[in-house]
Amino acid sequence: MTAAGAAGVPDDVLLQVRGLEVHFPIRSGILLDRTVGHVRAVDGVDLAVRRGTTFGLVGESGCGKSTLGRAVLRLVEPTGGTVLFDGVDMTSLKKEQLRRARKRMQMVFQDPMSSLDPRQDVESLLVEPMQAHELAGGPKAWRARVRELLDLVGLPAASASKYPHEFSGGQRQRIGIARAIALEPELVIADEPVSALDVSVQAQVVNLLEELQDRLGLTYLVIAHDLAVVRHISDEIGVMYLGSLVEHADSDELYDNPLHPYTISLMSAIPVPDPDVEDARERILLAGDLPSPAAPPPGCRFHTRCPFRQPTRCHDEVPLLRELAPRHTVACHWAEDVRDGRITAAASSHDPTSAGDVVDQTTLP
Amino acid sequence: MVVEDLDQRPPGQPLLQVRDLQVRFTRRGRDPVRAVDGVSFDVRPGQVVGLVGESGCGKSVTSLAIMGLLPQRRVEVAGEVLFEGRDLLTMRRDDLREMRGRDIAMVFQDPMSSLNPVVPIGLQVTEVLARHTDLDRSAARKEAEELLRRVGIPDPARRLKEYPHQLSGGMRQRALIAMSLACKPRLLIADEPTTALDVTIQAQVLELLKQLVRDSGTAMVMITHDLGVVAGLCDEVNVMYSGRVVERAGRRELFGHPRHQYTGGLLRSIPRLDEPRGGTLNPIPGSASDVIPWSRGCAFAPRCPARQDDCLVPDLQLVDDVRPDHLHRCVHPVPVEESTP
Repeated sequence: MTAAGAAGVPDDVLLQVRGLEVHFPIRSGILLDRTVGHVRAVDGVDLAVRRGTTFGLVGESGCGKSTLGRAVLRLVEPTGGTVLFDGVDMTSLKKEQLRRARKRMQMVFQDPMSSLDPRQDVESLLVEPMQAHELAGGPKAWRARVRELLDLVGLPAASASKYPHEFSGGQRQRIGIARAIALEPELVIADEPVSALDVSVQAQVVNLLEELQDRLGLTYLVIAHDLAVVRHISDEIGVMYLGSLVEHADSDELYDNPLHPYTISLMSAIPVPDPDVEDARERILLAGDLPSPAAPPPGCRFHTRCPFRQPTRCHDEVPLLRELAPRHTVACHWAEDVRDGRITAAASSHDPTSAGDVVDQTTLP
Repeated sequence: MVVEDLDQRPPGQPLLQVRDLQVRFTRRGRDPVRAVDGVSFDVRPGQVVGLVGESGCGKSVTSLAIMGLLPQRRVEVAGEVLFEGRDLLTMRRDDLREMRGRDIAMVFQDPMSSLNPVVPIGLQVTEVLARHTDLDRSAARKEAEELLRRVGIPDPARRLKEYPHQLSGGMRQRALIAMSLACKPRLLIADEPTTALDVTIQAQVLELLKQLVRDSGTAMVMITHDLGVVAGLCDEVNVMYSGRVVERAGRRELFGHPRHQYTGGLLRSIPRLDEPRGGTLNPIPGSASDVIPWSRGCAFAPRCPARQDDCLVPDLQLVDDVRPDHLHRCVHPVPVEESTP
């Protein structure tokens, strides 16, 4: 560890998230607008992203990974916890300060078709952030910067006068990336950057993101559900389930030695394009669906679906993240026993026709 | 186009024979779009056949054409779709309606938009039974309950009374599968049945489909963009590109020795979970919109790293240059010894 800088954050850490909470109120009633509960989208997440590295956040839909990414930029307001960006607490910034801070952190969105204004040409799309942040040099320099950006993301200079609909999905995502790096940010949060793209094009965008990181020294927080892509691109990975981080490790370590039952199941569920692997592997099927984050199960949140569930502790004691191996933390009471094979997956979870005992019948919207 | 390799197929009368299927969408004042441009394949009883390809390759339009579900206006369908020898394309609409749901059923990608949101699940399942069987109401209700139980929906009696929005995505897809299996069809066409689902739910649904197909002997056409799904499920795989099948083989053969440059490129471009992490990925350059019409040459040529001048031959045919059951439409195929990914 390097020397601690401001607010106890090590110097090599660009983004430090501590106990981040985003709770959305559930309102009921028309006249008496009452809050009847909260959807705990993000419920106490700690993570640190080191400068120049990529932190991958994986989980299934509804686990809170996108909300977390947005809360870091304060596109949604966190209801608790702190977000330290380069030592500055983002959650305490006032409007104008926040606007200026956001220049250093940008976002790449999932669907390039809906995140680019169809009525603006590419030049105006790329100049807009420079204009908003009054980048030095004025319009002439901005236009020169547009050509530079197009070149960086591998688009021809002639693209500047075209409109988003004239591009393919992969090219549109390149425009989205160009827009995100227009202000030379330090942190780029990419929310499902390739999942809307065709398989043959995904690799192009993944390569582009990696190339830009090398050339511009960017720090990435990549949010995605595709573990194969996340593993490829990330240095460290955090696995989220129902608003919390359940496991965190370096990319290779996580894939070689997954410890949390959820990570193990998730990895066994991913189809591999190799018939020999597919036929040989033991698939751990999870029972039922994701419980509602409005009423998360007590104890370990995963216990309602966990194939390794034990009669004690799982349902009444919240597991905390523990470091089981160097730089590898996991939130499971029984992780050691699962790892060493003293606990095996319950047989019932292998029966595909059984959706299992869905304890919580409330389902996600 | 020639009818391909019929005599080289393993014995067993095909259940479905698609012959030179063409679908063209006509556009006012512009050239028509050839969404499907001469697709032929067979499905034998109990067989699982995959149609794989990226968006726009014509795989979904193929399935809609087979089912007669394409709109009538501005769409031209040609070729033959023989189900047990009867051509579905020239059949009377009433006869086709009689067969759909009973002999051939379909599962769509998005369970929310293919279920009626204002009708309880139970009624939607019994509707199929009422249409095609002579069960009375209470028997149909019992059968519907049994069907939901078979696809793994807990507490089926209660679920029958619920509306689609009260079910989760995975449950809805299970309900849809239950409906499609209600009349014990001999052919199930599944169009991206798990694409809208999370991976852990996808694994449940795929395992369910696999088991149901195995137990009932139903044949299945699996349409997907996910090569991983195909690898674990299909007996035979057809890779489609720009409206045509560019490669066809058994799944082991296809994944072990891809011959078409497109298939090879696709397999090399995906990061794999079971292999060491490293280096940059090998994408296919360009995008699916960079195509030339098959009548001018190989549609993949503009993106192909192995392209040469002789790729621009009109209407390339499927060839079997190494094994009779492995066909591809490539002038400069991936050499057999190199094609192990």
